[in-house]
Amino acid sequence: MSSIAGFLKGNFLPGQSRSCDTTGLPVCNTASLYIRLNAVIAVVSLLIGAIAAILIALTRWPAVHLLPAEWFYRFLTVHGFNMLIFWIIFLEIGILYFVATTLLNSRLFSKAIAAISFALMLIGMIMVNAMIFTGQADVLFTSYVPLMAHPLFYLGIILFAVGALLGVANFFLTIHIARRDKTYEGPFPLVVFGAITAAVIAVVTILHGAVVLIPTLLWSAGLLETIDPGFYRVVWWGLGHMSQQINVAAMISVWYFMFSLIVGAKPLNHAVCRGAFILYILFINLASAHHLLVDPGVSTEWKIWNTSYAMYLAVLASMLHGFTVPGALEVAMRKKGYRQGLFGWLAAAPWSNPGFSGVFMAMVMFGFIGGITGVTIGTEQISIITHNTLKLPAHFHGTVVAGTTLTFMALAYYVVPLIFQKDWYAKGLLRLQPYIFAIGIFTVIIGMQFAGSAGIPRRHWDISFAGTPIPITPMESGWLALVGIGGVIAFLGLLIFLLATVATVFFGRSNKGRPMEDWGGVKDISAGAGTWTKEDDHKTPGTWALVMILLTCFVVYFFANWKALADVWWVH
Amino acid sequence: MSFMIPEKDWFKAPDKGEKSWIAIGFIWCLVLFFSMPIWHIYGKQNSSSESYRVKPEDFSARVMKFVETNSIGKDGNTPIVQPKPGGHAYVMGGGYIWYPILKLKKGNEYILHISSTDYQHGFSLQGEAGINMNFQILPGYDHVLKITPTTSGTFNIVCNEFCGARHHVMTGKILVED
Amino acid sequence: MGNENTHWLERLMENPWMLLILGIVVPTISYTVWGVYDVLSLPVAPLP
Ligand code: HEM
Ligand SMILES: [Cu+2]
Repeated sequence: MSSIAGFLKGNFLPGQSRSCDTTGLPVCNTASLYIRLNAVIAVVSLLIGAIAAILIALTRWPAVHLLPAEWFYRFLTVHGFNMLIFWIIFLEIGILYFVATTLLNSRLFSKAIAAISFALMLIGMIMVNAMIFTGQADVLFTSYVPLMAHPLFYLGIILFAVGALLGVANFFLTIHIARRDKTYEGPFPLVVFGAITAAVIAVVTILHGAVVLIPTLLWSAGLLETIDPGFYRVVWWGLGHMSQQINVAAMISVWYFMFSLIVGAKPLNHAVCRGAFILYILFINLASAHHLLVDPGVSTEWKIWNTSYAMYLAVLASMLHGFTVPGALEVAMRKKGYRQGLFGWLAAAPWSNPGFSGVFMAMVMFGFIGGITGVTIGTEQISIITHNTLKLPAHFHGTVVAGTTLTFMALAYYVVPLIFQKDWYAKGLLRLQPYIFAIGIFTVIIGMQFAGSAGIPRRHWDISFAGTPIPITPMESGWLALVGIGGVIAFLGLLIFLLATVATVFFGRSNKGRPMEDWGGVKDISAGAGTWTKEDDHKTPGTWALVMILLTCFVVYFFANWKALADVWWVH
Repeated sequence: MSFMIPEKDWFKAPDKGEKSWIAIGFIWCLVLFFSMPIWHIYGKQNSSSESYRVKPEDFSARVMKFVETNSIGKDGNTPIVQPKPGGHAYVMGGGYIWYPILKLKKGNEYILHISSTDYQHGFSLQGEAGINMNFQILPGYDHVLKITPTTSGTFNIVCNEFCGARHHVMTGKILVED
Repeated sequence: MGNENTHWLERLMENPWMLLILGIVVPTISYTVWGVYDVLSLPVAPLP
């Protein structure tokens, strides 16, 4: 069933590629170099972001209240940028390079573009961090005008964005030459299609960034008088929210990839999976309106239409992936012989393989926490009781942390041996790492969710309001304590990952010339498990049970929020 | 291992199970969507679609006039102002305070104008019985809310949009009597 | 590919440039252009 059969002759120059010692897949040397460089800086960003995370989490825990106000906001800015932007985007550029070269049997289009892209992104990242740490950009990562930062701060973001755009262009051009040179046969592999989706969204994102940040740079440099705050918010969220949709598409592609790699899962129906990605391309970006639901300026019709991704067609797409990804896993496991009951296949999954456990937990938390809360608080009227409360970070720590970050760490368990060609240190501990991180971040999310339901604001140093007599109940401090406690656990999870990665990448044993040390897959026991018919390729009772539970939670949470809304003052 | 290169006849309609899930999902999406317009018709809490462009100094002058004509006392340095039921009321965010303090009567609708004189702010009303309502405030925009207090007591206004180094001290008040 | 009988959706799925164009145009019109129009066409406050 090897996919190599689908490959024709690659377009590599002599000596510029190798074939993977584990999978037999072709690896372009240039791509491999830049995947490694991007991944290293991604991990550095994750480290900076993680240090900021523990500091702000311990500040929001009232009993600890670690940082002074000024440094709380500063580290919040550091956290937002390094986590949301640098860690994720650097890694995504690496993923795009990998997908376009290895999965299409092609060389990377241009080494020069990759080099310039990487250099610009790195310079941008350093500039932004330097401005924040020196106190010249205490504006949080949204930098809402008329708060003003140093011009070099905006310039840094712009350089980073231009670099990322070049990386994305390199991806598209690589696909172009792969097709031109016929390095592969037939339609795009699904993972490539998902990556194309991510790349398209990245382009729209960066264009919005240019439209909003170039004028802001000029304004901060004194060349423009004002920037309208309403205009800024509309276009800035084109950057801020759309960039999150890159993560969704990239993450889901990685899910398909990892389940295929580890258990040999195959999509149930390629047309459905691609159709879902197309719905993302068309509609997911409308949802930037989530952030403007209680804003002046934009009309009700605009809010409802856009916040609903055109009648929730992008939510439909996520529900499809939420069905087909576990469905593909279930069919693959059943085919291997694990056919007992509803969840026998799940029980037999390789839970001690951190690549698998990380992706699976990411999928569950993304769906159950990120997805459900996101759609609900993104409902026009419900925003009245949730806007800028801690319910928001609760939501996006469900998507971008429990979802994307956990997924990308799981991916790293394969990237390091396959691309860096180093075998992991501390494998025993790393098998636990996804669980530690998941428990920690889950606790953080629960704390934020309930504190937010009580109206506690996000981005806020002191909810006792510097002595004003606003009561904070013991219950509320309890929820905030969970943010701190969960933060410590999640931080520990990140630290284990970071230390092991650094140790392995720089000092690990090379595995060149032999397959990687396997994390453990699934034994095929189908020999004694009876015959497999064509219908069985589509039978997914366990997945049905899972998605019905998901839908039930969704319905309950959605209407519970309407109920809570119905209890507040009247307004229109 | 397969990297998901589709077979030759990959482009085909979903099978029965997949179709059912698509149908269920789509119906749920329609529920999600229509809940919003329906709530605009039958619901009592809708974000306002009324807003205007305004110069911060014009807004601020209007607030001063509002305070002059309707002031009924002071809490510390901040005037307490009682607008006529059904009438216009103004609250201005800026300089890390909400100004002035409003005194309202439960069950009456007020036309509340909120805006900022400096940065963006978050108007976050907090009070007993779990009341928490949040609206975004931008300098240069008159955000108009037709609001009816349905509970009485003392309500605090907190700023929940970062507006600078002392953002967390930015508080205000609305008093509601039966 | 290039076959007359290919479903239009299948052809779209093999056309990254078309996807790129659609991906830019749809949200830019629905979200950005409409949103910016709303914001910039706001009337001046009567401040009654
Ligand atoms: C150890 C793990 C983490 C912990 C303990 C943590 C904790 C926190 C806390 C306490 C806040 C501040 C909430 C507030 O006061 O408004 C926050 C904000 C945020 N976090 Fe995390 N976080 C973690 C990981 C991440 C990761 C991996 C990402 C992104 C990939 C991320 C993205 C964000 C963003 C975007 C914000 C909002 C920043 C802002 O409001 O400007 N976090 N996080
Ligand atoms: Cu404020």
